[in-house]
Amino acid sequence: MTIVLAFLVGGLYAGGLYMMMRRSIVKLIMGLILLSYATTLLIFTVGGLTRAAPPIVPAGVSEPPVPFADPVPQALILTAIVISFGVLAFAVVLIEQTHRSVGTDDSNNLRGIEGEL
Amino acid sequence: MKPAEKDNTIPSLILLTATRYLVPVLLLFSLFLLTRGHNEPGGGFVGGLVAGAAFALYGIAHTVHDARRLLRFPPRVLIGIGLLVAVGSGLFSLFYRRPFMTGIWSVVEVPVIGKVGTPGIFDIGVFITVLGMVLQIVFELMEE
Amino acid sequence: MGLLLLLPLLIPFVTAALALLTWRRRRIQRALALAGSIGLLVSALVLLLVVWRGGIQVVQVGNWPAPFGITFVADLFSAIMTVLGGIIAVAVVIFSHASVDSRRERFGYYPLLLFLMMGISGSFLTGDIFNLYVWFEVMLMSSFVLVALGNERAQLEGALKYVTINLVSSAIFLTAVGVLYSVSGTLNMAQLSVQLSQSRQPELITVVAMLFLIAFGIKAALFPLFFWLPASYPVAPVAITALFAGLLTKVGVYALIRVFTLLFTQDIGFTHALLLLIGALTMVTGVLGAAAQNEFRRILSTHIISQIGYMVMGLALFTPLALAGAIFFLIHNIIVKANLFLVSGAVYQLQGSFHLKKLGGLYRSHVGLSLLFLISAMSLAGLPPLSGFWAKFLLIRASLEVNQPVIAFVALGVSLLTLFSMTKIWAEVFWKNRPETAPAPKPLSTSVRLQLLLPVAGLSCLIVGIGLLAEPIFILSSQAASQLLSPAEYVTAVLGGTP
Repeated sequence: MTIVLAFLVGGLYAGGLYMMMRRSIVKLIMGLILLSYATTLLIFTVGGLTRAAPPIVPAGVSEPPVPFADPVPQALILTAIVISFGVLAFAVVLIEQTHRSVGTDDSNNLRGIEGEL
Repeated sequence: MKPAEKDNTIPSLILLTATRYLVPVLLLFSLFLLTRGHNEPGGGFVGGLVAGAAFALYGIAHTVHDARRLLRFPPRVLIGIGLLVAVGSGLFSLFYRRPFMTGIWSVVEVPVIGKVGTPGIFDIGVFITVLGMVLQIVFELMEE
Repeated sequence: MGLLLLLPLLIPFVTAALALLTWRRRRIQRALALAGSIGLLVSALVLLLVVWRGGIQVVQVGNWPAPFGITFVADLFSAIMTVLGGIIAVAVVIFSHASVDSRRERFGYYPLLLFLMMGISGSFLTGDIFNLYVWFEVMLMSSFVLVALGNERAQLEGALKYVTINLVSSAIFLTAVGVLYSVSGTLNMAQLSVQLSQSRQPELITVVAMLFLIAFGIKAALFPLFFWLPASYPVAPVAITALFAGLLTKVGVYALIRVFTLLFTQDIGFTHALLLLIGALTMVTGVLGAAAQNEFRRILSTHIISQIGYMVMGLALFTPLALAGAIFFLIHNIIVKANLFLVSGAVYQLQGSFHLKKLGGLYRSHVGLSLLFLISAMSLAGLPPLSGFWAKFLLIRASLEVNQPVIAFVALGVSLLTLFSMTKIWAEVFWKNRPETAPAPKPLSTSVRLQLLLPVAGLSCLIVGIGLLAEPIFILSSQAASQLLSPAEYVTAVLGGTP
């Protein structure tokens, strides 16, 4: 299972990087999304795949059921998802504004304005 | 959406009717998620997202202007309030000479909710911040 | 006591939240921003004093003992960096009052600035590697809106590059954190330091170290990864560029120094030799790139890269003197770089351009500003007795001590080229006659002139002061360096008596 996930992570990284190399800005964002998925999946995989109970302490007991999953990678993933959600939301707003002021989503058309600074 | 397209769109009757029932249900559900958040899946973040979805839905069915009026506060003020509530809950523990953000719980149990404590207040702060954050972005994207 | 360590975070946070509540009132926002930055500076200074007197300070947030909770640690190095953050914040906020247009102010310029400051202080003070990631993202989010704020076409292009490259850096950073956790089972930096030094898989750790090098290298604009910086820094409002130039890249350098002294010291023969090579290449490419530019802010932006090389060189040599030199260089460079950008902003306010061809004659009309520029520029080039001279002197001496004459030679050569660039700016902007096409300097009102000059003059005084009082600053940096070189002290402070 780990092997499968490892290939999946590699595929996601490759796909993300490929999308980022495209000229379209929308595809750039998709690439960034894929990249963040790849990272979260990687943390999930290296955190150790187990068939264990969720690390939640049931009511009335002071310890979780014995084979329980490591909660730290899950906490990391949750935080990373929340953060990438925020950053990507900002990025989408940025693209929307770029589109509004430039009228294109081709990143090549953004060039050639450096001299006007 | 460009302004020219907007004039031609008729608000969908189905969406309008559904929204009338969905918005209160979503808001109630968001509060439910918020209150059960400490020990069960749920919490301020999801709660805020669901509440944000409710307002966004209202904005889609009517107009962004109406949604802003329904919300009463500008989203960025909500972000400010939420952040202050969250940091205030963390400062509370300083009165007990504990480090910042130590959870302080009430001794008496409140009916229905259970014990009240600063982590709950922190969650309320997160709820308001997330609501403000989501709506700031959604309204920004929906306008014009 | 515990609160003091968190004040550099909480003061900007609370003032930013209050500024969000009063977003229609410009005057209140300005006052809040000023209060927040001064509060940050004062609390950081007190923190530095406490750390100097009483050793490394630690707070376990939420009363969860390390390594389970999130730890905040202030050793001398992080306290010094926080103080520098405070100094730059105050200067930039005052400068912004005069130079940022009201449209940006209404859109939330000051709250974002304060959130950025919170992110910067957080990165300096955290003792948890994942928490460092969170602070990096706080910085990224606010900095990226600050770059894009204003919606000018050039800004959008710069912002797009900035966002993309930084998100890639974050992804790599997060990957590295994930792998590090799977290798060591902890995220607390003190415990990581213990675990990694006992690890039986040194090769894997070197791989993780390389991931961190790439992630922080992008943030710090190291040799092959710097291309985004000259594209995105010059497009933001000049006060923001000054803040970024002074602090943001240096957060990357701080993170590099932190992880390569505390965590990754198993394979110095490889990692630090690589760092030395990268440092040399960064210096050379940066300064050569700057020589080819003809715009005030672009020259300065490209010079940031070359100066980063010096700091990495100090880290790479890895002797007490070299690290002290790197810290001295950081202190000197943060102030000088921010000041140079502020001068370029003042020039822009006067003549409405950043192009060297369209500027000129300022020495005749504005002697004071010209002399203030000269102080910073000569300090950057490393002329005695200004701060830059001592910083470079320490680094070069350290490299000669460990028999690395090549890097010393490179550092000297880069210094000369820096002098060339600075002389070019001096000759074009201040010394030559005003070109006929250029407009006469705009008369500015007294309050605006004061707000522009006050931060520049204050920072220039600091530069001269560091140059003249190099001894105490050197003692401070070498103390900080010796703390960095003995991780045991850090570990004991965080984890208690059982390292």
